[in-house]
Amino acid sequence: MLVFIVKRVLNAAGVMLAVAALAFATFRFVGDPVEMMLNEQASLSQRQELRERLGLDRSLPAQYAAFVVNAAQGDFGISYRNQQDVFPLIVERFPATFELVIVATVLSLLIGLPLGVYTAIHRRSAFAQLLQWVSVLGVSLPSFAVGILFILVFSVSLGWLPAFGRGQVVQLGWWSTGFLTKSGLTALILPGITLSQCQITLVMRLVRAEMLEVMRTDFVRFARARGLPERAVRFRHALRNCLMPVITVTGLQVGNLIAFALVTETVFQWPGMGLLFVQAVSFVDIPVMAAYLMVVSAVFVAVNMLVDLTYGLVDPRLRQDAVTGGGHGK
Amino acid sequence: MPLRPRPFVAAALAVLIGFAAPALEAKTLRWGAAREIASLDPYSFGETFTLSVLNHVYEGLVRYTGDLKIEPALAERWENPTPTTWRFHLRRGVTFHNGDAFTADDVVASLARVSHPSSPLRGNLPAYRSATKVDDFTVDIEVAEPYPLLLNDLTNIFILGQKWMAANNALLPTDSGTGVEGYATTHANGTGPFKVDSRRPDAQTVFSRNERWWDKPAHNIDRIEFTPITSAATRVAALLSGEIDFTNVAPLQDLPRLSAAPGVKVLQTNELRTVFFAFNMRDALVESDVRNANPFRDPRVRNALYRAVDANAVQRRVMRGLSRTTGSLVAPAIPGYVPALDERPSFDAEAARKLLAEAGYPNGFSFLMNCTNDSLVNEEELCQAVASMWSRIGLRPVLNIGPRSQQTPKRVKGEFDVIPFGWANEPQIDAYSLLLQVMRTRNAAGGVFNWGSWGDARIDTLIDRAGTELDPAKRIPLMTEALTLAKQDTLFIPVHQQPMAWATRQAVRSIVQASDNKPRLWLTVLD
Repeated sequence: MLVFIVKRVLNAAGVMLAVAALAFATFRFVGDPVEMMLNEQASLSQRQELRERLGLDRSLPAQYAAFVVNAAQGDFGISYRNQQDVFPLIVERFPATFELVIVATVLSLLIGLPLGVYTAIHRRSAFAQLLQWVSVLGVSLPSFAVGILFILVFSVSLGWLPAFGRGQVVQLGWWSTGFLTKSGLTALILPGITLSQCQITLVMRLVRAEMLEVMRTDFVRFARARGLPERAVRFRHALRNCLMPVITVTGLQVGNLIAFALVTETVFQWPGMGLLFVQAVSFVDIPVMAAYLMVVSAVFVAVNMLVDLTYGLVDPRLRQDAVTGGGHGK
Repeated sequence: MPLRPRPFVAAALAVLIGFAAPALEAKTLRWGAAREIASLDPYSFGETFTLSVLNHVYEGLVRYTGDLKIEPALAERWENPTPTTWRFHLRRGVTFHNGDAFTADDVVASLARVSHPSSPLRGNLPAYRSATKVDDFTVDIEVAEPYPLLLNDLTNIFILGQKWMAANNALLPTDSGTGVEGYATTHANGTGPFKVDSRRPDAQTVFSRNERWWDKPAHNIDRIEFTPITSAATRVAALLSGEIDFTNVAPLQDLPRLSAAPGVKVLQTNELRTVFFAFNMRDALVESDVRNANPFRDPRVRNALYRAVDANAVQRRVMRGLSRTTGSLVAPAIPGYVPALDERPSFDAEAARKLLAEAGYPNGFSFLMNCTNDSLVNEEELCQAVASMWSRIGLRPVLNIGPRSQQTPKRVKGEFDVIPFGWANEPQIDAYSLLLQVMRTRNAAGGVFNWGSWGDARIDTLIDRAGTELDPAKRIPLMTEALTLAKQDTLFIPVHQQPMAWATRQAVRSIVQASDNKPRLWLTVLD
């Protein structure tokens, strides 16, 4: 187990170095931060001076090396735009993004799992067909369009839910949470659904496909032959065997959701990391962009690792002590 | 028992109501802006919008009125003992939000901080040399040479408290080069009409009324809730649903919808920013079928391009009837403007074709147009429309459109043949800004934005004279003359002053909308 973790951590370091290298290769194309930081009146020499002080006159490999050395010591530099240490800036916004992603993930499981089971079991019913059709719509509609549509319906026309922001948040140490106030919870609804939209479809289609597969296998037939009630066959035997890929995908998607929450965050002015990144891009705030990419890739790597570890818990075959574990329906 | 008046109870009730009423009716303005302010530190990022928001908390020695005239603020009056010395007499009895008294020490410490080598706002005080305290309420500012625009520059230099900065280790500005953070980035202590109550970046910053403000408030706001809403559609929705009362950036395409909505009022006018086309005037074009020559150096060619632009069509179609078509390079509110500058040669494609033929290009030529899609209003549509007008006289413009952050470095390097260019003359609100920074041939002090090597020795002389002339009666005609020379030579092709739009809900009774597009909420009255 220890070897496995050490290997994974080394792997992660390699991935992050590569991400940083790619990031620095692209920063050259996003523009010149000096033009953004100084206003119209600054003279040419003042511009050049600032460029030198920021180290932007150095070659790309030199800038990259300096970043890696500093980042290894936990120093990501200071945001050009906010003039604040980058790491706290991102950490401060992490709870907002994370809570949104958790809500979206839970919603996708709560809605996607039952729908998937339903469409698999009653796959010829008209309602299941309709769900299938709607789900195609779900993956093909871009989330910013859905978000705006939700805002128009639920905020402007009906006036039920807020159009933007996180509502009242409660500070628990460094973590700010919206789960503890009414306005915080209502503010989570629209962005949560918007972010989970694709995810619901994904879970539903995955569960459906897996269920159809498993329902055809021998052990389900034998379970039926043993006279087990249909409910037990479906949920205890079939569904449980479907959960592996669902966990894998949901887990991997958490990383994705964190990374792609930026669209939802921009639409709903959700004060998370994605919004910070989008603004950093438009102001060529290189330290923030670099640190954000590092954080997101770290999350990806960590989630991958967690998923691998969870496999062991769900699938007895992967446990070393599986021999004593026992079979289905224990 | 006969009813008797109960004077005590009545008085108690009156007192209660008297105290309770204002508390119950705390007047709150919920402001939805298009972006977040960079910092609470007014010297950390040279961005007009951030400074305009911080101006509610911090003040300068002087300030602009609602119609953009300079008036005393923290300084009561000033004089010039010598042409290079400005003596400011400070206002007495002013206190900072934390209770410290405002004195000359604060002014000297603030000027030292803003002119420090690591301050991004240093360029806002180009002529500044030093500041010395004469007594507690008098400060002398030395400038390098006689300089007429010091007051204009000082409107943007906000005063921080010396004691407060010293106590919080913030006497020096922040520095992203060496990683120096600052207390003032997240805390504020000014003298202005509002103080900062709380701040959650990207979510909400709350300002409350400063009861001890030195000026007699023209506003009746108790509390401002400032929220950035980056997405335009969401901002409009928030205004329609009543979640915000005011936005200083109402998207132009949504104006009809906003005006039609009950309870929403649209305020639309033209801003100071004037848009014009500028040329690459170097020896050769960057991307063209004409080699080893630059057709744009011929005034007839520039004139042909000018006459081929149908400004009315641009105004109607591209700008939805909201822009102000102009022949001038500066807006009417800018000193240096005269109505004669505003005349345009008539739109005449036939005459344009003739001019091109006379200049030796009867079949036109190709050139590179560098445009952005995110800095000027409808810039992409503007470029497409004008490019097609130029195609109609036989030219072959090649459009290159991208985000500002990508296009600007190319422009700085001169990798363009034609660009649309917008200049607002802020923060000085004086034509000298355009003349020095854009039009002048490059030297140590000016021509930073002279990206295409345009310019003219006669114009340079006029600019330099205007730069040291203290008497406005002589200085302004010098600038007008420079602008007139540029017009006669068609150095640039002026198009329009951009539209700007704000929107408010009923809660806002009156608001001052100046053409510098800066909200001044200390002049706003709520219902």
